[in-house]
Amino acid sequence: MLEGQVRIPSGCAISGIFSKAGRPINGERIVRSIALMHDRSNGLGGGFAGYGIYPEYKNDYAFHLFYEDATAKKDCEAFLERHFDIVNLSKIPTRQVAGIVDAPLIWRYFVTPLPHKLADSQLNEREYVAKCVIRINSEMQGAYVFSSGKNMGVFKAVGYPEEVGEFYRLEEYEGYCWTAHGRYPTNTPGWWGGAHPFALLDLSVVHNGEISSYDTNRRFVEMFGYKCNLLTDTEVIAYLFDYLTRKQGLRIEEAANVVAAPFWSTIERLAPKERERLSYLRTAFSSALITGPFSILVGFEGGLMALNDRLKLRSMVAAEKGDCFYVASEESAIRTIEPELDRVWAPRGGEAVVVRLETQKEEAVCRG
Amino acid sequence: MLLDANTLPFDRLGQALNEAKEDVIVKNCCGQRYLADGLSSGHVQIYGTPGNALGAYLDGGEVTVFGNVQEAVGDTMNAGRIVVHGIAGDALGYAMRGGSIFVRDSAGYRAGIHMKAYADKQPLIVIGGRAGSFLGEYQAGGVILVLGRGFEGGPVVNHFCGVGMHGGAIYLRTNCPPVVGDQLLLRQAEATDMRLIERPVADYCALFDVACESLAGVPFWVITPNTANPYKQLYTFC
Amino acid sequence: MPRLNDYPAYQVLRDPAKCTNCRACEVQCANGVHRFSEKTGAMVADEDKCVNCHRCVAFCPTRALRIERNEPAFRSNANWSSDQILNIYRQADTGGVLLSSMGNPGGGKVYFDHILLNASQVTNPSIDPLREPMETRTHLGKKPNRIERDENGDIRPNLTPGLTLSTPILFSAMSYGSISLNAHKALAEAAQALGTYYNTGEGGLHKDFYEYGEHTIVQVASGRFGVHKGYLNAGAAIEIKMGQGAKPGIGGHLPGSKIVGDVSRTRMIPEGSDAISPAPHHDIYSIEDLRQLIDSLKSATGGKKPILVKIAAVHNIAAIASGIARSGADIITIDGYRGGTGAAPTCIRDNVGIPIELALAAVDTRLREEGIRGEVSLIASGSIRSSADVVKAIALGADAVSIGTAALLALGCHLCRSCQTGNCNWGIATQRPELTKRLDPAAGAQRLIHLITAWTHEIKEMMGGMGINSIEALCGNRLMLRGLGLNETELSVLGIKHAGQ
Repeated sequence: MLEGQVRIPSGCAISGIFSKAGRPINGERIVRSIALMHDRSNGLGGGFAGYGIYPEYKNDYAFHLFYEDATAKKDCEAFLERHFDIVNLSKIPTRQVAGIVDAPLIWRYFVTPLPHKLADSQLNEREYVAKCVIRINSEMQGAYVFSSGKNMGVFKAVGYPEEVGEFYRLEEYEGYCWTAHGRYPTNTPGWWGGAHPFALLDLSVVHNGEISSYDTNRRFVEMFGYKCNLLTDTEVIAYLFDYLTRKQGLRIEEAANVVAAPFWSTIERLAPKERERLSYLRTAFSSALITGPFSILVGFEGGLMALNDRLKLRSMVAAEKGDCFYVASEESAIRTIEPELDRVWAPRGGEAVVVRLETQKEEAVCRG
Repeated sequence: MLLDANTLPFDRLGQALNEAKEDVIVKNCCGQRYLADGLSSGHVQIYGTPGNALGAYLDGGEVTVFGNVQEAVGDTMNAGRIVVHGIAGDALGYAMRGGSIFVRDSAGYRAGIHMKAYADKQPLIVIGGRAGSFLGEYQAGGVILVLGRGFEGGPVVNHFCGVGMHGGAIYLRTNCPPVVGDQLLLRQAEATDMRLIERPVADYCALFDVACESLAGVPFWVITPNTANPYKQLYTFC
Repeated sequence: MPRLNDYPAYQVLRDPAKCTNCRACEVQCANGVHRFSEKTGAMVADEDKCVNCHRCVAFCPTRALRIERNEPAFRSNANWSSDQILNIYRQADTGGVLLSSMGNPGGGKVYFDHILLNASQVTNPSIDPLREPMETRTHLGKKPNRIERDENGDIRPNLTPGLTLSTPILFSAMSYGSISLNAHKALAEAAQALGTYYNTGEGGLHKDFYEYGEHTIVQVASGRFGVHKGYLNAGAAIEIKMGQGAKPGIGGHLPGSKIVGDVSRTRMIPEGSDAISPAPHHDIYSIEDLRQLIDSLKSATGGKKPILVKIAAVHNIAAIASGIARSGADIITIDGYRGGTGAAPTCIRDNVGIPIELALAAVDTRLREEGIRGEVSLIASGSIRSSADVVKAIALGADAVSIGTAALLALGCHLCRSCQTGNCNWGIATQRPELTKRLDPAAGAQRLIHLITAWTHEIKEMMGGMGINSIEALCGNRLMLRGLGLNETELSVLGIKHAGQ
């Protein structure tokens, strides 16, 4: 059975770096960080998301695609040409790495929606792009968009994360934010799309754990036009956050209050205003509550959120050094790239830690 | 004997430690797992951040860490002592049956979960800062002591402290004692209680060079199982 | 021609060695089965009258009594069961429509019994619900489509009124009249103590029960008995009864003989007058009329009460539910074909409608396909027999379940299916004062509290095994279910995989 036909639960490692000053961080750093937690992966998936890596194309959507074969590529490119102005296209540069085999065709396109198509669709631009991505991924055999945001990109493969980083030559990229994932799926390897991060538009998710609420969450988001093709937790978590922030207009912190809602016993002990707010969020979006262990990093334009499940069943440590924020499943994965830290702490279960670019502090992250 | 973790393959440090016939000092430790697992004698000093499951099944001897520790430190430990000059991750001392763990600063979630005591074995965890949720969950024996240093103005434990506890005691030095369920008893420590923790408190102060007087002025609280109202499931047979 | 239907259904077996002629059985039996024979100096039984309610057995101090089914020894015939033969005789004798009560006793497939639950191993921790947080609190009602913010950017709570349950189990609608005042009181007290709701059924709300209003769902049925503004505002919610699983498409008829005293006053109809509930609501001949009734009820209650619509599970249930969800209802109660009744034509009870499992799954799937699952909450009933049924129903897509038969069993009902006689020896389905007083409301409430508390513990155990610590993460979580011995079509309707897949 292939991934996407059967649900594959998995354990994992995650790591993230964020420069609040917006300084460019070389991709090699995040590779070194995730590599330290080699034992938390089993070689069946690794991946990275970098933000601010395509400044020269920052106004275009950067699509990263896997193709099974040339036919899929031809069909998909025809679709892209019908819907987008393709500003630039190229193979994503890779190098041969011993542990990485059976690579699909990997292409990158910088695109903008065709104005008349966008106008005809009566959708806003982001919804138009999201709909096109979901359509390719659920309807076009052998083609898969695994990255679709502006000035950001996902790089993932079947392999250990350090091998994946080498394969994609991440040392050639620089960005203000990186997240990374090492995967430990408890089933046969699927295909490359199943690796993390999972991304839609500029929102990306890496995730450690296995959620017990999967089908409740999946059936909830699928009501709103999403198609969970991969049957992985990460996919449904990404869609939940996209729905809650982009479609419902919740702030990322409020979305965290939904998916990792405090227990009622905790809510009842809070001051009236906070109690009312959290009761509302929990009741209004009850099907978006995620139960079971998870630690996740949610990357978005100009920001990064780290969140544990409300019982904190997965480890996660945060740290600061100067303008840099670090977060990882294990402190050593931070220390290995930044031995001297100003502050190290373990965020509480359900307590979202959100960092944003200093230049974007005031901007709401939620847009329609 | 000095071991530089940077000069050893990542997965060989634990073995090198086990094979050492003398006290060891480890430099530049970063993420190496299973260090001092099952150690029964001697003193291991670690500089850096050791990886998960440090001192699991520890059966004697002493481990000192100059730095923070990660998850599952002292898992199922039986004897000996672990001293951490920093903070500890989640599940500190899971199911420990004997020996002691001293953490200078705070500990993560589920510290002392399923700690138990047996015969002459009385496990002890002392946390200098504060603890995360589920402190002493399912505790069946031994002592957990949270000193709350630096957190005198607020709670020193998070939610669900001592849930499922059915033995042993949790001591908290705090001005804000937690809310506990009906299956637990929470009371301010009396002179007899204080005598029981005199030694661990003194040890903590000596280990981390803390003036004992600096702990004065904040009350201690004791949490024990409520034997009159244990957790119970009603069964009916069919 | 002799009466062909001349087979007492039951034998009353009395052990003469144990019987002390204390005559307790005679006192307990409202059907007049037992009497003392001066001639023989021993107790004798008129077996023709026995309904097998087990009242005498329960009260016999020496355990001298046993009831056995009296199977007529017709020549064996796989096509013609003895029940079928006897029914022919009964109808040929009388020309009458066969009438039954309680739920369909037939052996049709119970899908709950072909569904298995999941549990965590390794990749996800299971949870000990006795000691760790485990939440069963359930909210029933609409979810907002959009969030709203005030001028400060804070979220403005825009939830419409709903119901909050401490555990996802309600008591089904059973009218005062069909069951006794004491039975109602037991249900009301238990609902209050448990933090859930009981349902008045269509018989109005007795004046003494207004105090339980916060835990009461008041019903509006086609006969509108006892419905007035005070009644509508007395409960926490209003249920429009469109149908009942045991008798879809059929109205109700409480004979005038039962319309006495408080029943008459509560229903607001004269003593001795038949209480006829028409088959349809005669102000609802189409879906847009339902919206009108919902809106008029909301109008009469200042929009403060959530509106439930109860429907029987029939073939096109998914489309019907979709229509209701778009008509302003807050909660839909779906009652499956095995649900109970105080009296219904047997042909209807046993042949009309579909099982709740399939109906529920079809409705939940359809509402999601249409993107309107948030418009309504779903309550499943007819019939929920155990905590496992509750968990399976919720995983299939119900927000909560409601129990009628199970609640009556807890009160002492022995499922003799003779409610229509009005001679319920357990004081439940009767209005005879000497019988109703047999049910002590306080003791009955305690038994209901026991039952729901035990079920809630069991629900938590099953959730804990699945690694789920909040009931909302179970709702619609069909991946936690697997079918056993079901064909492709059944699996597809239920939306679950087969065991091993």
